[in-house]
Amino acid sequence: MSDTRELLYREALNEALIEEMTNDETVFIMGEGIAERGGSYKVTVDLLEKFGPKRVIDTPIAENGFTGAGVGAALTGMRPIVEILFIDFSMLVLDQIVNQAAKFRFMSGNTARVPLVLRTQGGVGNGLAAQHSQSLEAIFYHIPGLKVVMPSDPYDAKGLLKSAIHCDDPVIFIEHKLLYMNKGMVPDKDYVIPFGEASVKREGEDLTIIAWSAMVPKALKAAEILKEEGISAEVVDPRTLVPLDKSTIIESVRKTEHVLIVQEAIRRGGVASDISSIIQEEAFDYLDSPIAILAGKNIPCPFNLNLEKLVVPQVEDIVKAARKSAYK
Amino acid sequence: MAKKKTINKDFLISLYSTMIKIRKFEEEGTKLYRQGHIRGYFHPYWGQEAIASGILSAMNKDDYVTSTHRGHGHCLAWGADLVRMFSELLGREDGYCKGLGGSMHIADYTKNNLGANGIVGSCVPIAVGAALGIKIRDENKVVTTFVSDGGCNIGSFLEGLNLASAWKLPVLFVIENNQYAVSTPIESSTGETDLFKRGLSFGIEGIRINGNDVLEVYETANKYIDYCGKNSYPYIIECLTFRKSGHHINDPGTYLPEDKVNFYRNNDPLNIGKKHLTKLAGLSDEEINNIEQETDKVIEEALKVALDKPEMEAKDFLRLVDEY
Ligand SMILES: Cc1ncc(C[n+]2csc(CCOP(=O)(O)OP(=O)(O)O)c2C)c(N)n1
Ligand SMILES: [Mg+2]
Repeated sequence: MSDTRELLYREALNEALIEEMTNDETVFIMGEGIAERGGSYKVTVDLLEKFGPKRVIDTPIAENGFTGAGVGAALTGMRPIVEILFIDFSMLVLDQIVNQAAKFRFMSGNTARVPLVLRTQGGVGNGLAAQHSQSLEAIFYHIPGLKVVMPSDPYDAKGLLKSAIHCDDPVIFIEHKLLYMNKGMVPDKDYVIPFGEASVKREGEDLTIIAWSAMVPKALKAAEILKEEGISAEVVDPRTLVPLDKSTIIESVRKTEHVLIVQEAIRRGGVASDISSIIQEEAFDYLDSPIAILAGKNIPCPFNLNLEKLVVPQVEDIVKAARKSAYK
Repeated sequence: MAKKKTINKDFLISLYSTMIKIRKFEEEGTKLYRQGHIRGYFHPYWGQEAIASGILSAMNKDDYVTSTHRGHGHCLAWGADLVRMFSELLGREDGYCKGLGGSMHIADYTKNNLGANGIVGSCVPIAVGAALGIKIRDENKVVTTFVSDGGCNIGSFLEGLNLASAWKLPVLFVIENNQYAVSTPIESSTGETDLFKRGLSFGIEGIRINGNDVLEVYETANKYIDYCGKNSYPYIIECLTFRKSGHHINDPGTYLPEDKVNFYRNNDPLNIGKKHLTKLAGLSDEEINNIEQETDKVIEEALKVALDKPEMEAKDFLRLVDEY
């Protein structure tokens, strides 16, 4: 089709930012090294030239402070996008996000709104070690008042970031460091992806694999291998964990009767466990095997690359778990 | 507490040797990185060697030190073993952290080196806590915590300053002001670029010195480590310096202004150290060359040993999971 073209994940995000900042002058962005340098992952290139230093702000290393400033600006008519370089550093801003941003709408009896997007980036990379490799979506998932978005490809990244900027509530928008250079088709024309709509990334009959963020391309690779073995896997990407599209998940499980949930984050207290409990409650009668979860190991991420591979699910692990779950 | 050292020939040589060791370690590390033997983050300490060498040689080995993401120099000046340093960068089990930590997390808790840290500023309150323990145990020790200009803007640093003054703790805050936080120049991240003044509003005195002159660094450190210990009170030494390259190995640092790059190239801490050796210790060029060649040999041998070290085995690692 002539009205789509191939973009990198980071380029798709960049386009969403440019479009939204062009459309709405209350949108501005701040973070470390995002203006002059265009961001560590080049998501914010050209923004400074296009929109100037008032709306594209290089911050000091003061995450709690500038995130709080984002909350204040959001409460008073702006639509800030705050970039936290690594999700690991978002642990420094938990008060502003959890106690402040997430609460104001409720505590004010719905008179206050906090249209803030916190863009951040998580997951295991290549030897970045324990303080730069975490998947912490469960922490935000746990907090009422926050939306949690984790796009897995360029198309979703652009459409979801635009929705995040339109959203009147705080959104935790979690990118993945290994996805920035992935390619995908993105339409020329303007589009948004509403929150709460899962995407069936691949249709199948024998088994549902639920995965998000960087686990989606891995699950899709696993599905290719499974196909050769005669197992037809459906891959469902919720795309937004809050709100969660339960109906697409349940519908898929009813069809395949087998389900494997794959998450990069460590298993304990993770989102996969919660999705599993939802399926168990709402589709128990349709299940033909126990709900399987493949997750990161309950341990900090090691620096050594060979050991790092052991702590998060790899394609072969997904294939193995899927075989078992589908009884094949 | 501060060591009493006479500034004689041997001592000047030891200050210089530490600097040259750090420089060459970073040079070899860079090669390993380019060859793909080292992955992840690697923030070279080069350009700032005089600070680690000067400050840490003024401390006693039972004092404590905390470092930053740019920590190789601190570890080496604290006396780290080269084989275990290289092994850690290479992810080998013989490394200081068994290959689990890597460049950004090298520590030696058995030697009171509380380690590098991947979170800017977070070492500062930790240093304060170490000093609190010293005070509670009634010991005569000092804690030195390193931070750079970027780290001076984060809450951890500012809260740490206040805690150290409120509780009257022997903490030496060393600000390695290399004037950049990644690509962000200091002028655009704070309205007060005299960073030692950060302490004044908390009742902490401070001084700014030439961080590239190892002797000036040593003498200042010696004086104020003594001050911190004797008075059980914090102090700030701001060392003006500059990175010798980009923020990390993969950053070409093209944003660094040429005049500053040139100025600091001409004021390289190694050259200043060399001048001291010639003028104050009377060493000939040949003698200085010999020190360098000796260091080359030691580094080369350590690297060879480290490259032969094994990684932690998967089964041993997986056993750790049960502990978490
Ligand atoms: C809390 C936190 N925010 C951001 C980062 C990412 N980061 C790593 S080093 C660095 C720059 C630090 O600058 P500075 O403190 O001046 O140290 P230098 O690199 O100059 O030694 C940044 C922003 C981090 N590691 N921790
Ligand atoms: Mg700096």
